[in-house]
Amino acid sequence: MTLLAMQRDMRAWLTTESEAAAAALGADASPGLRIHLNNYRAQLIACLTESFERTHDWIGGAAFEAAAATHIDRVPPSAWTLDAYPRDFPATLSALYSGDPEVAELAWLECALGDAFVAPDVATVTPADITAIDWDNAVLSFSPALDLGALTSNAPAIWSALSEGAVPPAAECLPEPGAMLVWRYGQQSRFRAIDQIEMQALLHARSGMPFAGLCEQLVASLGEAEGVARAGAYLGQWIADGLIAGASD
Amino acid sequence: MTAPSHSFGLGLRKPHYADFLESRVAVDFVEVISENFMVDGGKPRQILREVRERYPVALHGVSMSIGSADGLDGVYLARLRALVDEIEPLFVSDHLSWSRIEGFNSHDLLPLPYTKEALDLVCANIARAQDALGRDMLIENPSTYIDFPGAEMTEWQFIAAMCARTGCGLLLDVNNVFVSATNHGFDPIAYLNGIPADRVRQIHLAGHSQGTALLIDTHDQSVPRSVWDLYAHMLPRLGLVATMIERDDAIPPLHELLAELATARVIGAQTSKAAA
Repeated sequence: MTLLAMQRDMRAWLTTESEAAAAALGADASPGLRIHLNNYRAQLIACLTESFERTHDWIGGAAFEAAAATHIDRVPPSAWTLDAYPRDFPATLSALYSGDPEVAELAWLECALGDAFVAPDVATVTPADITAIDWDNAVLSFSPALDLGALTSNAPAIWSALSEGAVPPAAECLPEPGAMLVWRYGQQSRFRAIDQIEMQALLHARSGMPFAGLCEQLVASLGEAEGVARAGAYLGQWIADGLIAGASD
Repeated sequence: MTAPSHSFGLGLRKPHYADFLESRVAVDFVEVISENFMVDGGKPRQILREVRERYPVALHGVSMSIGSADGLDGVYLARLRALVDEIEPLFVSDHLSWSRIEGFNSHDLLPLPYTKEALDLVCANIARAQDALGRDMLIENPSTYIDFPGAEMTEWQFIAAMCARTGCGLLLDVNNVFVSATNHGFDPIAYLNGIPADRVRQIHLAGHSQGTALLIDTHDQSVPRSVWDLYAHMLPRLGLVATMIERDDAIPPLHELLAELATARVIGAQTSKAAA
């Protein structure tokens, strides 16, 4: 047997518990293969459990373990780092809990907080920098830690309550879909729920729309006074949050 | 003038970060898991920079997959090189094992068959890694649970050939020798006598657990008598080496690990005295 064939058999054993693959690895290999299978699955379950503490608490340990087992069968790990493995778990939860959107949204939030924690370090614009920027032509660039996720439930409130050891609120659907904004401020991951208007403004700004164009869009949809006020409020909030890494013209 | 001596360190794990950063812990070096710090930024990198200001650091990897039949991951090597350039570690090490094949990554240290084909492949991968990193690596002997049919040499013969062909050094995990020797029924002394002693730069001391049929390399126990005995046997044959206690799970209070390290220091001192 070639080395490549042996490694393919080992992969087949770990991902599907293929008895044919196990037999090909040697008549006496069974006890050792069981150890590696246990190591493989235990490590992935531990990774998911550590990454999704609040989701675990929300759905309960038995349900979480069943979901993790389903995910391990559905998505074998591919990246060199275990940090990447949690990223597909919200999609698995979305399929398993299609009638309970807060479960996948809670998991997305936890995953995004984890990714923000190790995102690249960048200096961000401060209020003291504002006067030096030509706002008629400025295009904003954002912190690489920033992430946006769809929000239809009260998952952020559930996360906050669970984190504080408080009784979480019952799951609720939002009157209108919004988004979760996740980023890192200093060395701490942060989040807040935002509405559709701020989400669209952020998406436009991230795609390169100049700030002046953003103001025009908000004025067109909200009217002169409200649009200008909203643009100024967003900019102030984004700077205060440490979301803006630069402004170029 | 003090004669050069063995050095003694610990594997740095999260529960002990504050101990190492808020006071001077009596170790000569610390070893960290490379992948935990091969991130873009944030607190892990900041902590490692602060640790590096206070202690020499060895980088120990678990994901290079030096035995992958389809070669090494260039992205992984580039990230490790960036960390090496920043940290300037004492050693860069990984395992004589594989974990990745054709887009699948097991995140477990899987065994290799000790064949000429595997030796050629491992040597080519080590050469590529050493080129990419701009320095020699240390390769750690694994704990193994499977005897593959068709083996063409013993593990120690494989390791000796690997060192001769690549110039790499060895990270000798004494616990792994004991675990594999027990599981496969070979003599651990024959193993220790068979590896190239002059290539051993670093030593791991750890514990293991009894599984249903085999010993398992859990690294979640204190160093057992059997491992201390092998360490005391091997140390006089070595040049100056960096010995450390490696605990990966069930991490105890720091003072317990320092007490184990004190035992290693005693054995090291006895070895030096006997040689004088």
